[in-house]
Amino acid sequence: MSAARGARGARGAVRWPGPARSAAAGPGAALAVLVVLALFPRFVSNGLATTIAVYAVLFAAAASAWNIFSGYSGYISLGHAVFFGTGAYTVAIGARDWQLGGDQVFALLPLAAAAAAAVAVPFGLVALRVRRHTFVVITIAVFFIFQLMAFNFSFTAGSTGIIAPILNWQPATYNEPFYYLALAVAAGTAGLAWIIRGSRFGLQLRAIRDDEDRARGLGVRAMQVKLGAFVISAFVTGLVGGIWFYFIGEALPQFAFDPLFDLSVALMAFFGGLGTVWGPVLGALVIESAQQYLTVQITNDYLSEILLGALFLLVILFLPRGVIPTCGELITSWRARHRGRAPAGHAGAGQPGAGQPGAGQPATAGEVP
Amino acid sequence: MTRQIYEAIVDGILGGGVYALMAVGLTLIFGVLDIINIAQGILVVTGAYLSYALSVHLHIGLFTGLLITVPAMFVLGVAIHWAFIRPLRGRERTSMSLLACYAVAIIIEGVLYRFFGPGYVTLRASYITSSIRLLGFYLPYIYLYGFALAVALVAALYLLLYRTKFGRSVRATMQDQTAARLVGIDVNRVAALTFGIGVAVTAAGGMAYGATSGGFSPNSGYDLISRLLAIIILGGLGSIGGALVAAVFMITVESVVDIWSPNWAIVVFYAALVIVLTVRPEGMFGRAPTRAQ
Repeated sequence: MSAARGARGARGAVRWPGPARSAAAGPGAALAVLVVLALFPRFVSNGLATTIAVYAVLFAAAASAWNIFSGYSGYISLGHAVFFGTGAYTVAIGARDWQLGGDQVFALLPLAAAAAAAVAVPFGLVALRVRRHTFVVITIAVFFIFQLMAFNFSFTAGSTGIIAPILNWQPATYNEPFYYLALAVAAGTAGLAWIIRGSRFGLQLRAIRDDEDRARGLGVRAMQVKLGAFVISAFVTGLVGGIWFYFIGEALPQFAFDPLFDLSVALMAFFGGLGTVWGPVLGALVIESAQQYLTVQITNDYLSEILLGALFLLVILFLPRGVIPTCGELITSWRARHRGRAPAGHAGAGQPGAGQPGAGQPATAGEVP
Repeated sequence: MTRQIYEAIVDGILGGGVYALMAVGLTLIFGVLDIINIAQGILVVTGAYLSYALSVHLHIGLFTGLLITVPAMFVLGVAIHWAFIRPLRGRERTSMSLLACYAVAIIIEGVLYRFFGPGYVTLRASYITSSIRLLGFYLPYIYLYGFALAVALVAALYLLLYRTKFGRSVRATMQDQTAARLVGIDVNRVAALTFGIGVAVTAAGGMAYGATSGGFSPNSGYDLISRLLAIIILGGLGSIGGALVAAVFMITVESVVDIWSPNWAIVVFYAALVIVLTVRPEGMFGRAPTRAQ
């Protein structure tokens, strides 16, 4: 359904009111948000606030990366913590074994992303053979294999974990480099998601989501396309994992490979709007900030867990399509009603009867105010 | 060595029976509702904690306590279905229901932390600590009792499914929901009751798990659900016989590998799953999925 809509938008032949306008408004609004986020540390120097901001922006990148695969292809992955943990451990082991210290360790971040992408290839080749429930379950199973490996191998130091090298930065501005690094990754990922959504590749992904068999019948090389998206998604998630490792200062199996990470990114994407470009980013900024804030305010672990679950259920039950699609619909219907009244006022501006099948045409007239 | 392997196989078969009971509930729910109840693991742990609370605070025996915990879990299951599963509609229902179950699971986990704390607890009874000498090695009585309980309940489920009118409507719904609706089956009622039954067996499974595992905590749910998922996928989603065979097979393999390397036993479990699925994506006894219309 939405794939067909995308096809028309790409050709540019038909004016399609809803998505076309939001696509045009997208970059402008995104740029404004980016400027606000970039200036954020200039105005807020509170350590707690900037720490929360770093997590929120990191998760914006992770949720957006998850969405590039799961949102566009419809294959819900609950195993992205595999890539997150792989990224974190790659940096951790590299820094420890090559005795890198200080700022040098940031040179390992591309390696973290590459390692996660390398893991995604065999993982995807096995998991992407199956669909729906079975796929979800395989991702969970692979996730547990990785967590167990982190616990049991000697080079991951088991449950002792690995400590990050100490960074000799000023405490007052310690969070800032992390923040800008995370922001750059998040902006890059959102941009990538935007480009992919409009591209042939993105169209193939959404065709797979709508009907995989039919997409194959039409000549989409489903396995290659799915695997491509899976690897791209893993690449970014590994990068995020690497940054997270420095920021938090240690890699432990239960936190680097955390089942709640999988659930959180999925929740963020669902909350904002699965398969939309900006939904997961919005979801991550809102949910991660709220969650970090609550974790600080409420010291009970179990309470924040219950709240996360309850929020998730509320979103699923009352906002199943996410904030951005729901708001988009409200705006479109409001505009449609507004437009319906406007021509009646100006005699001869347009025939009300034209509003039936060709509703796209009078839209140009009604758009001006 | 031979004796160790022999002992591991017996352990595996008896323990596998308990897992079979939990897995049958899970695969039954899948067959009827087309959803995977990710919360099954934590519900098993909840069943174990209920037995624990009854035995510690009210001094009710573990097996007698089942008369209370099984209906309680049945009601909980019907409530979860009514509140969170039934309202889900539309194209994303599959992924939504999975996530809803996951959310229910972490809420229950949080509630268990609240009431019982993060520490491990153990169920206590005379038949857990005392052993019987059997074919040259000692076996705690609870293994036999747990296995007997599992066999009895699976047999009861079998009779319910294959010898009653309700069972026939459940099987009809599993085969074709639209056709079942057309011949006058109240599919929503069947779905709610099936979810309730699938959750109710976790009370018994949880008691047996708690008594044989040597300790459990709210965190045990993850370990359980990942095994259960592996079992039902391996057996073929929705296949009850497949779940029984896969449970006994997998737990036995794990138990045998455990002789050499306890840390890696569980990995063998998942590795077997991955290998089987690469060869046969629909599982050992599953039907190849038909194209959705």
